Amino acid sequence: MADGGIGAAITRKEDRRFLAGRGTYTDDINRPGQVYAAIVRSPHAHARVKSVDVSQALAFPGAVAAFTGADMAADGVGGLPCGWGITQIDGSPMAEPPHPVLQAERVRHVGDPIAVVLAETRNGARDAAEKVAVEYEVLDPVIDTARADADGAPRVHDEARNNICFDWQIGDAGPVDAAFAKADKVATLNLINTRMATCAMEPRAAVAEYESGTGHYTLYTSSQNPHVIRLLLGAFVLNIPEHKLRVVSPDVGGGFGSKIFHYAEEAIVTWAAAKVGRPVKWTAERAESFVSDAQGRDHVSKAELAMDGDGRFLALRVSTHANLGAYLSSFAPLVPTYLYATLLAGQYATPAIHATVRAVFTNTVPVDALRGAGRPEATYLIERLVDEAASVAGLDPAEIRRRNLVPPDAFPYQTPVALAYDSGNYAETLDAALKDGDYAGFETRRADAKARGKLRGIGLAAYIEACGAAPSAIAGQLGARAGLYESAEVRFHPTGTVTVFTGSQSQGQGHETTFAQLITERLGVPVENVEVIHGDTDRIPFGMGTYGSRSLAVGGSAIARATDKIVAKGKKIAAHILEASEDDIEFSAGTFSVAGTDRTLSIGEVAGAAYVPHNYPLDELEPGLDESAFYDPANFTFPAGCQLCEVEIDPETGTVEVVDFTAIDDFGRIVNPMIVDGQVHGGIAHGIGQALFENCVYDGASGQLLTGSLNDYCMPRADNLPSFRTDTRETLCPHNPLGVKGCGEAGTIGGAAAVMNAVADALKPLGIGHIDMPASPYHVWQAIHQSRNKTA
Amino acid sequence: MYEFNYRKAASLDEAKDLFSKGEDAKYMSGGMTLLPTLKQRLARPSDVIDLAAVPDMSGIAVTGDTVSIKARTPHAVVAANAEVKKAIPALAKLAGGIGDPMVRNRGTIGGSLANNDPAADYPAAIVGLGATIHTDRRTIAGDDFFQGLFETALEEDELIIQVDFPIPDKAGYMKFPNPASRYCIVGVMVSSKGGNVRVGVTGAGACAFRVKEMEDALKANFAAEAVEKISIPDGDLNSDIHASAEYRAHLVTVMAKRAVAEANG
Ligand SMILES: Cc1cc2nc3c(=O)[nH]c(=O)nc-3n(C[C@H](O)[C@H](O)[C@H](O)COP(=O)(O)OP(=O)(O)OC[C@H]3O[C@@H](n4cnc5c(N)ncnc54)[C@H](O)[C@@H]3O)c2cc1C
Repeated sequence: MADGGIGAAITRKEDRRFLAGRGTYTDDINRPGQVYAAIVRSPHAHARVKSVDVSQALAFPGAVAAFTGADMAADGVGGLPCGWGITQIDGSPMAEPPHPVLQAERVRHVGDPIAVVLAETRNGARDAAEKVAVEYEVLDPVIDTARADADGAPRVHDEARNNICFDWQIGDAGPVDAAFAKADKVATLNLINTRMATCAMEPRAAVAEYESGTGHYTLYTSSQNPHVIRLLLGAFVLNIPEHKLRVVSPDVGGGFGSKIFHYAEEAIVTWAAAKVGRPVKWTAERAESFVSDAQGRDHVSKAELAMDGDGRFLALRVSTHANLGAYLSSFAPLVPTYLYATLLAGQYATPAIHATVRAVFTNTVPVDALRGAGRPEATYLIERLVDEAASVAGLDPAEIRRRNLVPPDAFPYQTPVALAYDSGNYAETLDAALKDGDYAGFETRRADAKARGKLRGIGLAAYIEACGAAPSAIAGQLGARAGLYESAEVRFHPTGTVTVFTGSQSQGQGHETTFAQLITERLGVPVENVEVIHGDTDRIPFGMGTYGSRSLAVGGSAIARATDKIVAKGKKIAAHILEASEDDIEFSAGTFSVAGTDRTLSIGEVAGAAYVPHNYPLDELEPGLDESAFYDPANFTFPAGCQLCEVEIDPETGTVEVVDFTAIDDFGRIVNPMIVDGQVHGGIAHGIGQALFENCVYDGASGQLLTGSLNDYCMPRADNLPSFRTDTRETLCPHNPLGVKGCGEAGTIGGAAAVMNAVADALKPLGIGHIDMPASPYHVWQAIHQSRNKTA
Repeated sequence: MYEFNYRKAASLDEAKDLFSKGEDAKYMSGGMTLLPTLKQRLARPSDVIDLAAVPDMSGIAVTGDTVSIKARTPHAVVAANAEVKKAIPALAKLAGGIGDPMVRNRGTIGGSLANNDPAADYPAAIVGLGATIHTDRRTIAGDDFFQGLFETALEEDELIIQVDFPIPDKAGYMKFPNPASRYCIVGVMVSSKGGNVRVGVTGAGACAFRVKEMEDALKANFAAEAVEKISIPDGDLNSDIHASAEYRAHLVTVMAKRAVAEANG
């Protein structure tokens, strides 16, 4: 290991500025002469807009301008595009209703934008926005995921019959039906995967300016993928050529998926900046985030597992209703299909799987990817179902898993739902979790808890995820309207320091450190001599950004490829200077040497020679040491692992406490163990959050979001969490140059399932079956109370 | 927030004078309720009259049988005060369980009582300990102070100056927090003083109330078992996404039982 290279748990370079309050977030950016935007949003879940009158707003002191959907339409502004198309079971395309930036005719969820008011001050913009008079004809909303497709339900879009966006399937129904017909035992579960809000610490914000002299636009926006925003905004919404549009995402304070998507406000400020000839700034308030940031999950599913007499899985059948909300967010159709149902094999060698997904529109905030995106939904379904199967088969939950795991010698393993798992050792992570979490000793702890009046339960989650999206050709076949490679440029400076330009976009993941460690490892340049630049389309090569735990596997691999090119060129330069044959030049830890001699040249000296090419093979080689690479992965990566959770429930109040949590993860090669641990901790907290606390609740009659503030939307806090016991095992990814798999979502993907399995285990002695998330005190008490009333 | 005139009063008289001159004035103590309300544009006062510079409005005095807390005393000061901890540990515990450190360092007892949030902690102590509230013009018995949802006996411009808590023989406070806001879903303060028992409940109803049946049972036997079978009617209790009225009623019994156990040490 090079000092500070791969495997070193060094502290994060970026934390100094974050911890000292010296970061630069979008809201920290102020442009001379800027005005402030306030968005007028629908207070109704569903209504016809009869009229919008901005005259009173314009008359307000300090108001600069006010625009409506009609103004945008008059300028030929396009709708917000969807980046993924789904082909339905019958071969027809999904319903793809228009998504105007500002609504002029109909509003479809509380928070749907109608108008924008610009004013000299932030507060003034809000004051003036209140003066916009909108006349509504209120319509009945449709909210409920499972009943959105009912005949007679209010229709969200004229283009979507019965509110169905698409009916889709994966796997083969024939073998599944046959297996069920001969099964000895069948486990069945109906379950809801709750809707989550992302609640990134930094609310979304956008600042745009237009230079009339050059026709150049700049948009600062809190995004996970500035180039994707530039493409969608420029090419589809505002018709700005990409070379005239710069998108900058400075420090981003958390994204969790919600900052992948292209939002109305980005288009509004960019368009308005040109309209008024002044920079325009908008920053969301928390309440606005709750009704305008894409939300996540929201599935209602039925799952059935067929087994033989020994509890071996024969077939899995799943049908899911997925709620997409009021409009198609940028990547919404992808999430409940290829990110969800393709993972339904889990870690198990189930020979036949068939899943159908019906995606529906409702009068709720749009739903899209949220940390894990589809994979937590799949894991929750499988792992709850496997526990149910254990109980049907009379087997221990650990034993039924062990019997059905894909064995270590079966890789590459082709699942019945499209994916080919490349590597893994699922028995190893299961065994490690059982050992580290003292599974064998649990009954003693349960008895101790009982003596204290508590119900203790233990729960397993053996998860797998497909990360490192994605092989572009495959993604294209599945409906992607973009490529999914990543880009990198490694630029040596004449003095031997390095700047890395990456298309990956940190939202707090620590790329500035991890990527610098790759340079240290591969080129021998100390971490402190490496600067990582991201988030500016005028500086970095075209990149796809950060989500789906892809940055190291795809973005890191691009950097690795670029370093290979640096070494190859460096060898040529060194050969010239050292007067040796290129074939005899070796490179190690930052030093080029002539094999078998003591003649060496440091990479810094080579860089110096490349930029001051006085003694340089100019007839065959260009000056400079600056290489770029685009990396398109050969396959997804498949991080996997096992989590073991213990809870204690106070049966009098229903309060669930997570008292122990073990996570054993296989992320392939680990670059910085401390950063990985941090990602796992945050991920588990997110999983526990969904299991016990978080839930978006809409009023079924009015469509109002009842959990529209942090007073009602419950985020997990530090005192809700135990000390996590984490460890890793390593099977290398065989197809990327670093052997890495990805770690940003794993904790969340397994977390909710492990907690809910533990809750179910704790409640089992009371005769309580499955309960849905969140296992809040109220919900758990209701279950306990009802079971007592039943037995009484 | 909407625009308003900010005034910092230097004396009680000035505060009242400014209040009377304002079209729709509001006093501000810690601002931990008022400011969020303003930021969310839920209130639109003409004047905000800051009491922070009014002398002699903050501090704690413990005499033989009374803990006196001035209106502008922050929750954190009550929680950390050694004399309060000794005289009425349940009161120090209550104050230490309000909100988070920022809220406890700014929020005050006077502001909390004047606001009378149905889910606030202090009201349980007022009725559960039998406190007396002194204002700029009169003395109000704790039992008469809370009159409904966000409604108190205070007149429009009346200022709370001090709260006197009689020191009980023993007392216990148990709070079941709302998981999201951490205000009370139910909070119960029980106390016993010279054969008199009080059970004060917050969070469950429109405002704090006493539970006579529990008090009678505890008078006969000040033990957890005495209340564990007593359930209160849920007809008038609050119901929301976090807890139904039925669940709240149940929690009143559980928290009362645990508060008695705590009082008994
Ligand atoms: C995040 C958060 C969490 C919280 N959690 C809790 C909790 O768990 N439990 C709990 O009980 N509370 C909680 N609170 C509320 C907190 O305790 C407040 O401090 C309290 O409700 C108001 O006190 P204040 O001094 O801040 O009053 P202010 O906000 O200044 O004023 C509140 C109201 O009282 C009036 N007022 C203030 N002082 C006087 C006076 N002396 N005489 C007459 N009227 C007066 C004001 O005019 C105003 O109408 C929380 C608050 C926040 C922001």
